[in-house]
Parts: sequence; structure tokens; C-alpha cells
Amino acid sequence: MNFIEAIIHYEFLQKALITSVMVGIICGVIGCFIILRGMALMGDAISHAVLPGVAISYMLGINFFFGAVITGVLTAIGIGFVSQNSRLKNDTAIGILFTFAFAAGIILITFMKSSTDLYHILFGNVLAVRPSDMWVTLVIGILVIAGVYFFYKELLVTSFDPTMASAYGLSTKLVHYLLMTMLTMVTVASLQTVGIVLVVAMLITPAATAYLLTDRLWVMIYLASGFGVVASVIGLYFSFMYNLSSGATIVLVSTLLFITVFLFSPRHGFIRKVIKSRKRASLAN
Amino acid sequence: MSNALSVKNLNVSYLGNVALTNVSFQVDEGALVGIIGPNGAGKSTLIKAMMGLIPSETGKVEILGKPIRKTRKEIAYVPQRNDIDWDFPIHVIDAVMIGTYPHLGLFKRPKKQEREWAYQCLERVGMQDYGKRQIGELSGGQQQRVFLARALAQNADIFFLDEPFVGVDVSSENTIMQILKELQKEGKTTLVVHHDLSKANVYFDELILLNKELIAKGEVTDVLEVNTIQKAYGNPLAFMKNEIGVKQA
Repeated sequence: MNFIEAIIHYEFLQKALITSVMVGIICGVIGCFIILRGMALMGDAISHAVLPGVAISYMLGINFFFGAVITGVLTAIGIGFVSQNSRLKNDTAIGILFTFAFAAGIILITFMKSSTDLYHILFGNVLAVRPSDMWVTLVIGILVIAGVYFFYKELLVTSFDPTMASAYGLSTKLVHYLLMTMLTMVTVASLQTVGIVLVVAMLITPAATAYLLTDRLWVMIYLASGFGVVASVIGLYFSFMYNLSSGATIVLVSTLLFITVFLFSPRHGFIRKVIKSRKRASLAN
Repeated sequence: MSNALSVKNLNVSYLGNVALTNVSFQVDEGALVGIIGPNGAGKSTLIKAMMGLIPSETGKVEILGKPIRKTRKEIAYVPQRNDIDWDFPIHVIDAVMIGTYPHLGLFKRPKKQEREWAYQCLERVGMQDYGKRQIGELSGGQQQRVFLARALAQNADIFFLDEPFVGVDVSSENTIMQILKELQKEGKTTLVVHHDLSKANVYFDELILLNKELIAKGEVTDVLEVNTIQKAYGNPLAFMKNEIGVKQA
């Protein structure tokens, strides 16, 4: 049976597909701001910090969305607090706090006595998406896209020139925490498809791929979402057809897209750069 | 003439080091003022502290007779060139349009009207043909002109420029200076951080000479005295006197 037929036939695969596409889109959108602000490590940190929240939610029997957002945002605040109130650099504060949150999460998950759950949370299992998960993902998707749409101007100016932003009275801190909240929500939405460990790849790789192709932020956002969707769908195909971990297949496809663009991008690609510097060298001789 | 800005007893420390001690001065509306002093004198710190970007221990800053937090949007700030990520995916025209953000407010997006206004500002600095270039493709002087255009787009009353002539070609420097003089004729007040003493007498009417404290403030010829220069720079600068016309005491 081919993939298309399977999608038409199986409801679980339809849900998996819808969830993957949505996750591809929102990871691409938020990822653009993450890489332009030099916050790749922060993205990795927040995604790991979601784990204790997920565990606590399971214990309390509530949707894991709420617990995850709370521990994610608390970790972001903790990182900000430690780096602003000590001589430690930001990446050090990130390293301390996210590993703490992750470790606490692992202990909490073991109390749930279900190691398969931990495996799925860490590495994703898109084929086991429940209807409620799909709806959570859709709601998060709408919230995140609306957030970026309405605060696009503020996100742009605080990423490009934070000094000017605070000079005219815009709270860069508030925008930072807004972005961190959206980042946490994106991580929660991505739990099922790529899992906690590999979310950061979906945030960074499609956005980085797009960055090598364009010089305009809004084009970059659309391209990054596009790459995210393509990687998710093709990754889902390989995951289904060959019974592989969906997180891993999606990330590998995403990386292949990156390598292609890294080499062949017409303006910022590696081959173009080599040709340019050769030309310059031969002109100089 | 009324005060465009007044600074009273400004004290700033940075990571335990004193950056500015008891700085007080006033600037008249329509003045074109240079802030000069040696490296590490706190010139950039002064304008950043005035805008509240760096916390100050004591001090009162009033802009147009009102406290700074109410008048922020009336100040257009041109940052140092090396504060900017020139690889950012943004075209020149979109960077200039950011100048319209302060007065747009939340949820409002720049529209056609703002775009046209941004192009007018670009034209004023002679960069209208570069609107669709990525900002990193420009030369240093062109980049500085684009950021001046962004400041113009803000329609502000007060302009702060931080080292606008560093790494800038002569013709861009002249364009920028010409626009600052035009702004002065329109009654705008401008403060320029400037590390280079040469041309200070040609560019500005008034100078603020700084070295962690206010050494002198006033007319260019009064500030550029051998005594005050020595006090700020701490060594005899006899070699400079021909170049900048420092008066012999």
C-alpha cells in the first residue's frame, strides 16, 4: 500500500499528517526569531525544560500543555534572573537551569512508571497522536501565528536593534518573555512529532536554511515554514514506510534540505562563495 | 530660547566603575552640540544614561521640560555602527521604516503612507536608489546615512548620534553634516558623540567636553582652550593646535 492510500485509509495517519504540518509551520516561524537573536541554545534549553511540566501534568491528570508551559516559562525566567544577577554569562545560566529541569523531569517521569511514555516524549511518536493532541497542536498553532502576526513589528525591532526599541520605550524584556512563551508552546506542540530532544533541530535547521536564501525577514519566515512542512511530511513518510522514529526521520530530511541549500544557495551558498573568491584571486593576479 | 534638555547631577556606575560623576548641563532648543572627550570618557554612556538605557544612580533628565519617560518617542537615536547586526535579513527601506514604529503604537503596521515617507527620508540622505538592497551590502558611509534616514523618519525633535563618522567616507560625512545643519534650521536639537577633535570647531556650535565629569560646556571657542583640553586629555596637545585652532592660553 502506498503512502497516499494509507493516508486516505487510516485516520491515525491523517492526524499524524495534520499535526506534522502544523508543527513544521510554527517551528519555522518561531525558529526565525530564535536564530536571528542568537538564541539557539535557549531554544534547546526551553524544550528540555518542558519535561517536568509534562510529568506533573500526567500525574495531575490535566492536559500536559499547561504544566509544560509553566515549567518552560519558569525556566526562562530563572535563566534571566541568574544571568542578570551574577557575573555568569547567559549560556552558563542556560546550561545550569535546563539540565536541572530536565533531570527533575526524568525523576518525575519514573514515578509515572511508564518508560514507553518517556521514550515517546523524548523522541516523538507521531503515529500515536491522539485527537486531543491534534487539537492542542492546532490551538497552539493558531495562537503562535496570531502572536507573531500581531507583534511582528515589535519582534522585528527588538531582534534587529534592541537599543532603539528600548530607546523609544518598548519593553524588550516583555517581548523576550512573549517569545519564550511562544517557544514553550511550540515545544509542547512538537512533543508528539519530533520529541523534546530533537525539537531544537526543527526550530533551527529550517530557519537557517531559509536564512541562506533570502534577505527579507517575512520571506525567511514563509520559507522556514515551508521547509519545516516539507521535512515533516517526507519524514513522516519514511517513518511510516520503514517503521522508523518519526523525530529522527523528520530531522534528517530537514538536515538534507539544509545541506543542499548550504551548497547551492544562489547568493549565500558555499559553492557561490568559492567561485567568488576564486574570481577575486584570479583578478588580483 | 527654551531648554530642549536639561541634565542634573547625573551619576552613573558601570560594573562597579564610576562612569560619570555629577554631570549637569542644559541644551537650548535648536542647538547642534558635539560631545567630545578621550576614549572611555563616558560619551556614549552619557547619551545612553540620558535615554534611560543604562541605569543611573542619581540624576534628573528632562526633555522638552518633561521627564524622559514621557518624551522617549521625541528622541531619535542613531546607534554606533558596530552595535548593529549587518547580516540581518532586512532591506534598506524596511530598516528606515522602523523609524515610523515609535509613533505607530501597538498592533498598527506600517502601510503605504509610511513606506512613501520612508522613501522621502531615504531621498534626503541621497540613498533612494538603494531601498531594495540588504543593509550589509552598503559601505560604511551609506549605512550611516540609512540610519540617519531612519532617525528622520521618526519625526523627532531631538537627535542623538553616537559616533556617526567612524568608518565613514568623506562625502557621506559631508551629507550627514549638511542634514544636521538643516535640522538645526528647522529648530531640532542634536547631540553628536564625536571622538575626533579635528573639525569639531567647524561642525558644532557648542561642545560638551567630558572625561567622567563635565570639564567644559559652551561655545566651541571657549571649550577648545589649551587649559580645558589638557584637563580632559591629561597631556599637552600642542601638536593639535594648528589643526583645530585651539586658542593659546
